[in-house]
Amino acid sequence: MSKDVKQPDRAFGFETLCLHAGQLPDPSTGARAAPIYQTTSYVFDSAEHAASLFNLQTFGHVYARLSNPTVALFEERVAALEAGRAAVSAASGMAAEMLAMLTLCRQGDHIVAARTLYGGTYAQFAVTFARFGISCTFVEPDQVENFEQAIQSNTKAIFAESIANPRLNVIDLEKLAAIARHHGIPLVIDNTLASPYLCQPLKRGADIVVHSATKYLGGHGTTMGGDFC
Amino acid sequence: MASIQELRSILTNCKTIAVVGISEQWHRPSYFVGKYLLEHGYRMIPVNPKYLLEHGYRMIPVNPRYKEVLGQTCYPDLESVPTPIDMVDVFRRSEELMPIARQTLVIGAKVLWQQLTVCNHEAHDYVREHGLASVMDRCVKIEHARLFGGLNWMGVNTGMLSAKRPRQLPY
Repeated sequence: MSKDVKQPDRAFGFETLCLHAGQLPDPSTGARAAPIYQTTSYVFDSAEHAASLFNLQTFGHVYARLSNPTVALFEERVAALEAGRAAVSAASGMAAEMLAMLTLCRQGDHIVAARTLYGGTYAQFAVTFARFGISCTFVEPDQVENFEQAIQSNTKAIFAESIANPRLNVIDLEKLAAIARHHGIPLVIDNTLASPYLCQPLKRGADIVVHSATKYLGGHGTTMGGDFC
Repeated sequence: MASIQELRSILTNCKTIAVVGISEQWHRPSYFVGKYLLEHGYRMIPVNPKYLLEHGYRMIPVNPRYKEVLGQTCYPDLESVPTPIDMVDVFRRSEELMPIARQTLVIGAKVLWQQLTVCNHEAHDYVREHGLASVMDRCVKIEHARLFGGLNWMGVNTGMLSAKRPRQLPY
């Protein structure tokens, strides 16, 4: 394999990552552009191979709800663009946001969020999460100290948008990250509007980044998607 | 931190890997790694026998508690292993590394690899001073899958970019 996939030990530019991160040419066909793998299931070589896959002892696809090569490519590309470790995708930005927040919070927990949020996010935090027993305090984000004042003993996440929709106010990420770190609470940043081209929140101290990929990440206005990394 | 080239060279050139402190319990990471290494060699036989010669890792379990792990004879320590070993992969606590590092030198292995969270700088420096390669705080299975394919199926940022078509499947 070393003869086939050589790579210099260097960092690639943002534009190169936009085009190629996450995708080696397809091994069976040599396809350069990403193939769309439209399959729900994957064959196993043997019962032993299946057991190894289910036990996570070997790498491979088991079932499309868990992984799909096209989706994995998208996830790795977003993770590369955001300088993150790994990404998980969802059908929309709202779904990705729910996935991220429900991983951090359970019934009885609390979120501190910026008051300036995309309307769908506001409704999800104020109404939908309330039905799950997760409460949220919304604070004016221009003074990041407001986030700290709203932290409770059951606060499990701090949430804000790097550039907020629709007011276009910019959050002071480093200061907010310092507050979150001081309290040991993960900072989740919605980076949909800025996109990693303008801002990489993980490099500024955020712990998790959420996107609606439907906007600048998709870029064509044709396809819904979301992710967090 | 080991570079991509260094890791690639280690994982390409080391065919026989002794896994020190391997568990025989199926859910333990050391068992995963041992099984992965064995399977990686074995699986390639029907696809490309040349690949087996080049990449068919031989995994030797080392643990005084067991006689056999994953169908391989298990040895109580490195010096009891009767065949030459290329690389020593360690699943032990950091503070237990020095005797293993000394044994690694005695048996003539070329690489000392400390698994994720295993970080003994003294052992690291010691084997390097004697001309061996050394890797700390990394997982053999993860790095192999990152460099040679497999991990890129999980949405992980592998850092791997290439315009070359892989010539075999990454499992």
